[in-house]
Amino acid sequence: MSARDDIFANIRRSLGVSGKETTRHAAVAQRLADTPRGPIPARGQGSPAGRLATFIGEAPRVSATVVVLDTAQAVPEEIARFLRDAHLPLTLKHGEDARLSSLDWQAAGLDVTRGHSDGADLNAVTHAFGGVAETGSLVLLSGADNPVTLTFLPDNHFVVLAATDLTSDLESVLVKLRRAGALPRTVNIVTGPSRSADIEQTLLLGAHGPRRLHIMVTLN
Amino acid sequence: MTLHPTTPDFKDNAHRALHDPELQKALGHVQHGFIYKRQSAVERLPEFETLRESARDLKNHVLKNLDLYLETYERNVTASGGHVHFARTSAEACETIVNICKSHGAKSVTKGKSMVSEEIGLNSAIEAAGMQAVETDLGEYIIQLRGETPSHIIAPAVHLTKEQVEGDFRRVHTHLDGARDLSEPVQLLTEARGVLREKFLAADVGITGANFLIAETGTSIIVTNEGNGDLTQSLPKVHIVIASIEKVVPTLEDASLLLRVLARSATGQDMSVYTTLSTGPRRETDPDGPEHYHVVLVDNGRSAMLGTEFEDMLRCIRCGACMNHCPVYHAIGGHAYGWVYPGPMGAVLTPSLIGVEKGGHLPNASTFCGRCESVCPVKIPLPKLMRHWRENEFERHLTPSVQRFGLKIWGFFAKNPRLYSLASRAAMSTLAWLGRDKGRFAALPLAKGWTDYRDLPAPQGDTFQAQWRKRQQEKRR
Repeated sequence: MSARDDIFANIRRSLGVSGKETTRHAAVAQRLADTPRGPIPARGQGSPAGRLATFIGEAPRVSATVVVLDTAQAVPEEIARFLRDAHLPLTLKHGEDARLSSLDWQAAGLDVTRGHSDGADLNAVTHAFGGVAETGSLVLLSGADNPVTLTFLPDNHFVVLAATDLTSDLESVLVKLRRAGALPRTVNIVTGPSRSADIEQTLLLGAHGPRRLHIMVTLN
Repeated sequence: MTLHPTTPDFKDNAHRALHDPELQKALGHVQHGFIYKRQSAVERLPEFETLRESARDLKNHVLKNLDLYLETYERNVTASGGHVHFARTSAEACETIVNICKSHGAKSVTKGKSMVSEEIGLNSAIEAAGMQAVETDLGEYIIQLRGETPSHIIAPAVHLTKEQVEGDFRRVHTHLDGARDLSEPVQLLTEARGVLREKFLAADVGITGANFLIAETGTSIIVTNEGNGDLTQSLPKVHIVIASIEKVVPTLEDASLLLRVLARSATGQDMSVYTTLSTGPRRETDPDGPEHYHVVLVDNGRSAMLGTEFEDMLRCIRCGACMNHCPVYHAIGGHAYGWVYPGPMGAVLTPSLIGVEKGGHLPNASTFCGRCESVCPVKIPLPKLMRHWRENEFERHLTPSVQRFGLKIWGFFAKNPRLYSLASRAAMSTLAWLGRDKGRFAALPLAKGWTDYRDLPAPQGDTFQAQWRKRQQEKRR
């Protein structure tokens, strides 16, 4: 018997089932079709303005920095300001996301390249698919628009989040994802910059991923 | 090295651990850090108790239908371009993974943190096949340099001090300036980041574990704080996921429910920094990500736990809260348990996986204080399960004869309440009289195991039963 068949036979023997029970099949099919939610914490719920306030409160708790911008057009200037304040070179990489490539980076003095990262990029910007107020998390999708390597290799990660994409809880983003069709190769839920407490439980930022995570919430 | 448990030597291991000053210093961090952080996170979330109950019910539902959810999961992985492999044993799992690596001509393999890979002894198998396996989680990297196994399921190097880590880095990173300062954790972290970055970029295959598998979408989920799992699985051309069969959950919503209790119970975070859902290999238009995606599902004794009194243990989501709150773990650390899984969850799981003949000491090393069960995010009745193992061990005549003899004597008295009361009163007055000067004993015959480490208080007043009777009488008045 193959390993697969053997394992299934063992599971069924232990459970005392044949695998053909219509009631079990129905229960499983129903759970997969109904996709019931567990208890949803009240913390992230509320009006769009309330959600934004919660998000702005939660993100710094996980050592991310967050600003609210009136329009997406203000993003290049904000990134330039951040880099200048941190005494970092004004270089930046982003993917093919039209919301990013349409911005005027040159006017802000940024030297911008496009594509994924091979590890040589210091700074990158990606556009989030969604944000979660409850935990201050960002939801990023891999692909040509926002390559997954931009989320992990650069030292400084900038993320643009449209206020309209900010949801109260993770479940709401997941439902949106399901409606959008098949999942991308990776969905990255990012809650603050990289960290480790593996040496004497001392919490340090910048373990393997970005040392800084700067979130720009755009209102329009 | 994980294939050969030292669990049968638990008593010696524990004795050594208690006398290891470096270990005792390092263990102080567990007691204070983890407990306080979890408590704060729980207090911030009024729904936490309800979430625990829902998480328990969800896992029970999955276990009752595990065959059906695994079939759904397998179908959806395949539909998204991935491959699913099944392995009955550690040996089969290692062979499958080594073969995948070889078929891609791999020389270097990076690894995200995975307890099941420790369980099957994957690193030795990869190295025996002539490839290099590099652990990339900072804690895992440190213990790999030392040739050790993890002493904690989420903080593998928690038994070490920063001075020990500095020594290892100086010993291994010989290409770096010998005069560099490594006295602070941040310098150690920065050095490891630099060394491992090279490894990430050079790897041919990346292996990660999975915190959950989602049946609905054929997705695997990893949760990390460092981002090492993501670099492991996104840079090489092959991503292999290794997971045990009970990790499957029905839907995205179900994964979200478990994520809510996982990080809070583990590190006291609301969410870990990186929660990554991976589905299949890179898409045609993707500029990065792996070209091949394999999942190896390991049974290794789990299917046999279903339908038994130990089925509850398969709800475990490996948060480590039980060991963080365990007075036995605090005293001896994880290595004394002698195999992959320490603490209360290890005391229940280890005998299931390696046999009670070898693992029987572990469920005996418990005070049954119940803290583990009270913090378990999926409400596993750990003390009850440890008690089942004790019964099992006794029934199979694995308990040492002195212990059996002692239990028999106790059993005789317990069945004769009058005699019990008489004997306990006599023993108590004798002890009270003997200890009347100091009120405690520094040494007593047959009580070395206790008095070697602390004094035994001498009895004061009446027996418990007598006090109880008196109290009840007072209540009635």
